Amino acid sequence: MAAARFTPCCVQNNKFYVRRFTLSPAVRSGEYEWQDPKSDDEVVNITFIDKEGKLRPVRGKVGDNVLYLAHRYGIELEGACEASLACSTCHVYVQEKYYDKLSEAKEEEEDMLDMAPGLKPNSRLGCQIILSHELEGMVLKLPTITRNFYVDGHVPQPH
Amino acid sequence: MWSRTIKNVCTVCSIRTVNFSNLANKKVCIVGSGPAGFYTAQHLIKNGPALEIDMFEKLPVPFGLVRYGVAPDHPDVKNVINTFTSIAKSGRLQFIGNVTIGKDVTLNDLRSAYDVVVLAYGAAQDRWLGIPGENLDNVVSARKFVGWYNGLPEESNLKFNLDVETAVIIGQGNVALDIARILLTPIDLLKKTDIAQHALEALSRSKIKNVKIVGRRGPLQVAFTIKELREMIKLPENCYRIHIDNREYIEACLPKTSRPRKRITELMLQSVNLKQSEKKDPSKEWELIFNRNPIEIIKNPNENKVEGLMVGINRLTGNDWENPKIEDTGLRETIPCGMILKSIGYKSLPLSDELPFDHAKGIIRQTEGRVEGMQGVFCSGWVASGPVGVIASTMQSGHDVGKRIIDDLKNGIVGTGTKKPGRDAILSQLTARGVEPVTFVEWEALDNEERERGKFQKKPREKIVDVREMIDIAKKGQS
Repeated sequence: MAAARFTPCCVQNNKFYVRRFTLSPAVRSGEYEWQDPKSDDEVVNITFIDKEGKLRPVRGKVGDNVLYLAHRYGIELEGACEASLACSTCHVYVQEKYYDKLSEAKEEEEDMLDMAPGLKPNSRLGCQIILSHELEGMVLKLPTITRNFYVDGHVPQPH
Repeated sequence: MWSRTIKNVCTVCSIRTVNFSNLANKKVCIVGSGPAGFYTAQHLIKNGPALEIDMFEKLPVPFGLVRYGVAPDHPDVKNVINTFTSIAKSGRLQFIGNVTIGKDVTLNDLRSAYDVVVLAYGAAQDRWLGIPGENLDNVVSARKFVGWYNGLPEESNLKFNLDVETAVIIGQGNVALDIARILLTPIDLLKKTDIAQHALEALSRSKIKNVKIVGRRGPLQVAFTIKELREMIKLPENCYRIHIDNREYIEACLPKTSRPRKRITELMLQSVNLKQSEKKDPSKEWELIFNRNPIEIIKNPNENKVEGLMVGINRLTGNDWENPKIEDTGLRETIPCGMILKSIGYKSLPLSDELPFDHAKGIIRQTEGRVEGMQGVFCSGWVASGPVGVIASTMQSGHDVGKRIIDDLKNGIVGTGTKKPGRDAILSQLTARGVEPVTFVEWEALDNEERERGKFQKKPREKIVDVREMIDIAKKGQS
């Protein structure tokens, strides 16, 4: 099928019936990520390194939101605010060579990253990463469970 | 929506093939149903497939500070309720609302009934400034004020005098900015939120035009975060003043600061110079005032009400910009105001005399979430750490404590005694005492009713603020 072509596909009663395709996946719903790639052309392979340090290869596709893709494969990326840029619970570290290939973070994302425990120069929010062919082979590392200074009674100073 | 819920459940419960006999049928209870409780539960459910988990909550409604702390104009933050709901409906956790631990049931009762007790009941007590005048009318703690506008039952009948021009907020954290924003946001915007109706009505008559947010330290030490500051700067119908008097020093410190500190400080420095004439008809104003130490709340000579806040002017010294020494210059000034809101932090209270407790810090004594000297008792979230950090830090705390519980169970450090009776023992005790526990399904009936009532007002929900009415609706929905 010729996908996503905005041309009249049929003429009926002198009216054009335009078949519309949504090109961008609905960022918030997470429905799209549960669809398998329709062909190999769509596939984007990425690897998560989970909180225990295990490699978790995932076969995603162009347009997948990393947060919801992680949910589909049971990877512990939280996403408390459901991709509405109101929390930093889907914080990931992006492998350096792919970091620059990502679209630039919006101001709201930068603001949320400022609140992420363990912020690093290659930090991004998973919910803002949409897969493309350029990202084939990308490795995303989840912040590891560390000895959490919030739990041991130490009162952190404001940054 | 439904399919999403199912998926979330799948994420939460993707059960690994772990079959450690030490975890089989062990009984865990969690005290508190806010983020700390739910995130601890999430880890336990995922990694302890055979655990039986109960969650006790003092109110008939779940979610703690997500419902009663998060500002009504931050609905996106409350999306986390969807995750918590799927945890509660996963079939792995029993929510038991309307039960006060320490009153209806004791900590010892819980310890006898469960292998593991997790205390995640947060920080619901005020800190006091310890200065004269704190008991005057219209001197209000931030916790009470936040509870009031969010419809927390125990604070819903509070009365303030908003018929004043100037309010001073003491403290420069996110709660301080939440309060300032709620006081200054145009009422037409607040109307669309789930703010409690009594608060909306009171705020619609408010005469407050100026809010001064006062801190002991300087711009480099503010505790609020950049998102909240940006919201203040963009607040419609408001202009602002950020009083920075040592710009050169701050600029010199900037290269040494961390990225978040740098960004927020730069935003303040830029905003000082921003032309505000573009703002249409600013009828209200907020101010950030630094280096001021509250000394005394000045009383009106004739009435028991506030007339101003006397502050000492501080000088910050030392080379460590993160922890400067605060020096009193001896200079004093009085900020005239008709209302004072104290936003200097929360603390926790011990729910039992036996609980090892650090009264100065207002937290439970613990090591990595294990309560000192109490086998099988853990704590998570603000009751363990003090009231710091955003939801991401509480999530990490919850997961970390969950992990330690699983480790201790697996290693036979806890849960080794005789078989515990679990919730049955507690429920029969509650029945005997005439307590009516509220289940999660019953909460959902209440939830529906609140959403229905909200529709009339074009709000996401209208919170019910009377505990008796909550219980009645919850129970009726089930009959």
